[in-house]
Amino acid sequence: MDALILARMQFAANITFHILFPTISIALGWILLFFRWRWLVAGTPEAKQPWLNAYRFWTKVFALSFALGVVSGIVMSFQFGTNWPGFMEKVGNIAGPLLGYEVLTAFFLEAGFLGIMLFGHGKVSERVHLMATFFVAFGTTLSAFWILALNSWMQTPAGVELIDGSYHVTSWAAVIFNPSFPYRLAHMLLASLLTCAFLLIGLSAWQLLKGSAQVSAPKVLRVGLTIAALAIPVQIVVGDLHGLNTLEHQPQKIAAMEGVWETERGAPLLLFAIPDDKARTNHFEIAIPKLASWILTHQADGEIKGLNEFRDAHPPVLPVFWAFRIMVGVGLLMLATSWLGWWLYRRTGWQAERLPQRLLWLFAAMTFSGWVATVAGWYVTEIGRQPWIVFGLVRTTDVASNVAAPLIALTLALYVTVYAALIVAYVAVLKYMAEKTEQVIADAAVEEAATPAGAITSPVVSRSFR
Amino acid sequence: MNVMSFDTALPVIFMALMGLSMLVYVVSDGYDLGVGMLMHRASPEEKDVLIASIGPFWDANETWLVLGIGILLVAFPKAHGLVLGELYLPVTLMLIGLILRGVAFDFRVKAKATQKATWDRLFFAGSMLASVSQGWMLGRYVSGFGEGWNYPLFAAAIALALPMAYVLLGACWLVMKTEGELQQRAARWARIAWAPMVGGLILISMATPWISATVRERWFTLPEVIALVAIPLTTAALLLAVRVLLTKRLVLASVSWLPFVLLIGVFVLGFLGLAYSIYPYVVIDRLTLWQAASSPAALKVILIGVCISVPAIAAYTVFSYRVFRGKTGELKYA
Repeated sequence: MDALILARMQFAANITFHILFPTISIALGWILLFFRWRWLVAGTPEAKQPWLNAYRFWTKVFALSFALGVVSGIVMSFQFGTNWPGFMEKVGNIAGPLLGYEVLTAFFLEAGFLGIMLFGHGKVSERVHLMATFFVAFGTTLSAFWILALNSWMQTPAGVELIDGSYHVTSWAAVIFNPSFPYRLAHMLLASLLTCAFLLIGLSAWQLLKGSAQVSAPKVLRVGLTIAALAIPVQIVVGDLHGLNTLEHQPQKIAAMEGVWETERGAPLLLFAIPDDKARTNHFEIAIPKLASWILTHQADGEIKGLNEFRDAHPPVLPVFWAFRIMVGVGLLMLATSWLGWWLYRRTGWQAERLPQRLLWLFAAMTFSGWVATVAGWYVTEIGRQPWIVFGLVRTTDVASNVAAPLIALTLALYVTVYAALIVAYVAVLKYMAEKTEQVIADAAVEEAATPAGAITSPVVSRSFR
Repeated sequence: MNVMSFDTALPVIFMALMGLSMLVYVVSDGYDLGVGMLMHRASPEEKDVLIASIGPFWDANETWLVLGIGILLVAFPKAHGLVLGELYLPVTLMLIGLILRGVAFDFRVKAKATQKATWDRLFFAGSMLASVSQGWMLGRYVSGFGEGWNYPLFAAAIALALPMAYVLLGACWLVMKTEGELQQRAARWARIAWAPMVGGLILISMATPWISATVRERWFTLPEVIALVAIPLTTAALLLAVRVLLTKRLVLASVSWLPFVLLIGVFVLGFLGLAYSIYPYVVIDRLTLWQAASSPAALKVILIGVCISVPAIAAYTVFSYRVFRGKTGELKYA
C-alpha cells in the first residue's frame, strides 16, 4: 500500500476512535446538568434519591468518556502536521484560527472546570459547582461548534481567496457559516443526543436484566426513551435537509451514496448493490423505482447527476454507498426501538419491572447503536469528500507527508492495537459498573465522607449544603 | 533603533505565547508525569494518595500541550510540518504513553479490583514512555535534527535526563502535597533524582554550544557573556538550595512548598536560556519564525481570541489550584 492510503487510514483510525467519546460527552454533559437540577428541585428525600443516584453513576461514565476524548484529542493536534503537512500550508489561515479558538475557548473551559465538577463538591458552593457542571457541558458544545465549522468549511468552502498558493480569508462570517455548517452542526448534535439516549436506555436495561438496578434505573430509562423518541424524527428531517444541501453543493457525494453512475431522471433507490469502481457499474442491484429521485428532489422524475460526470473527481463508491445504508438502517432501528419502547413502557405505567425481558434485551443490544450510526455517517461525509481534502480547492494527494510508508504502517499498527484494546476496556468497564451499580453508588457516598481529593474520579455530591 | 512594525512583531508574540505554553506544560505535566514514574515505589495505599494529589489537575495540565502544539500548528504551519515530520516516531510513542496514562488514571478506580494493579503498571509505563520520548524530542529539536553519531547520542542523554527532572519535580510536588512517612520518602526520592537531573542540565548546557555554532556565538561573545552568566549562576544557586533543603527537617513542615517553587525557577531559567539560544529561529539554523509564520491577517484573528481567553484560562487555573490547595490527605469532601 502507498503512503497516502496508509496516512489516510491512520488519520481515519484516530478520528474514528476520537469521535466516539465527544459524541457521548457533548450530550451527556447536558443530561447530567438535568439530573443535577432534578435532584436539587425534588421536594422529598425519596424523590431526590433516584436523581442523586443517576447523577453519581452517570458522572462516572462521563469522566471515563471525557478522559478518552482528551487523550485521543491530543493525538489529533499532532497528526495534522505529521500526516497532512501541506494542509496547514495551504489553508492554515482558515483552519488555524478555527482550531485555535476551539482550544482556547472550549478545551480549556472543559478541562479546567472538570476538576471542580468531579472533585470540587463540598469545596465550593452549590452554585459554583452547578456553574462548573454547566461550563463543562457548554465547553463540549462550543468545541463541537468550532470543529464542525472547520469540517463544514472543508466540505463547502466559502469566504476565501487564493494568493500565492495559499488561501486567505475575505469574510469570517462566510467561512464559519458556510453553506453546509448549520445542517452538519444540527445533525451532529442530534447524533450525540441520540447516542447518549441509547446509552442511557441500554445500560439501564442491563441493570434491570442483571438485577443490579437501583431506584434510578426506571427514571433514567424513561429519560433515555423520551429523548430518543423525540429526537429521532427530528434527526430524520435534519438528515433529509442535509442531504438536499449536499445534492446542491457536492452532487458527486450523493451519486456515490446512491450508487448512480449515469445521470438519470427518476433514479431508483437501491436497497442492495455492490458498486464496482473498476467496471463503473453496480452488481446485484435490488431497487425501488424512482424513490431516490423522489427523496432527493422531492419529485418522482427529478434528475440526479451520475458519477460519470465527475470522472476523476468522485469518491470511492463502495464504502460511501454502504456506510450510508448502515447509518440509515441503524437510524430506522432507533426509531422503531424508541417508539415501541416508549409506548410499551407507558402502558406499564412506567413500572420497569413489568417490562418484557425480550424488550430489555433489545434495549441492551442497542446500547452502542449511536456509535455505529455516527461513525457510519462520518464515513459517508468524509470519504464522500475525496479525492479532495478541501472540496474543489485542495486535493488530498497535494498535502500528504513524505514520511516513509513502513513507518506509517508501524505506527498505524501501534495505534490500532491500543485503540482496539481501549474500546474493549471501555465497554467492559461500563458493563462492570452497570452490574455493580449499588457498589458504584455506595462507593461514591463513602468517598463523599472522607477521601483524599481526587482519589477517585467520582461524582462528589453532597446532601449537606454548606 | 528601529522599531518592528506590528505585522513583523506578530510572529514574535506568538513565539512567546508558544514558549509560555510549552513552559507551563513542562512544569505542570512534568510534576504529574514525575508522580506517575514514582508509582512503582509506592505501596497500594500510597498509590491512591499519589493519584489523588494530581487528580484534579492532570487534564488541564495536558491541555497546555495541545495549546503549545496548537500555536505551532496555527501560527507556524511550516515549522509544524517540519518538526513533527522529523520527530514522527517519538511523537507517536509519546502520544501512546500519554493515552495509556490518561486512561489508566480513570480505569484504575472503575475496573475490577483484580485489574487495578495492571492499570497502575500501565500508568507507570505510560508516564515513563511519554517522558523519555519528550526528552528525546527535546534533544533532537535543540540540536536542529543534525545527522551524525554525536547527535543521537546527545538526544539519548536528554531522553534520560528529562525524566529525571520530572521525577525530581514530582517528588517535590509530593513533599508539598503529602505528609508523614510518604512525605519523608518523597524527599528521599527527590534527593536520588537530583544528581542525574543536574548532570543532564550541565550536559545540555555544554553540548548545545558545541553542536551549534549559532548558539556558541550567541553565548560566548563579549560583552554579552558577562550579563548572561547570571542565568547559569542563578540556576546553580537554586539547584544547590533545593539539594540542601531536601536534607533539612524544615522541609517536612513549614516550607514544604519551597523546593517545588525553587525548581519551577530552575525550569524558567532553563527555558529562558533555551529561548535565547534559539531566537529568532523556530527550527535552529533552518527556519526563522518569520519564514514559518501564517499570514498577519490570520494571526491577528487568533490574537484577539488569545487576549480574551488566556487571562480567563489563567484565572480559572489559579482558582482550581486554590480550591484544591493544602495537603492531599487533609482534603475532605463536604
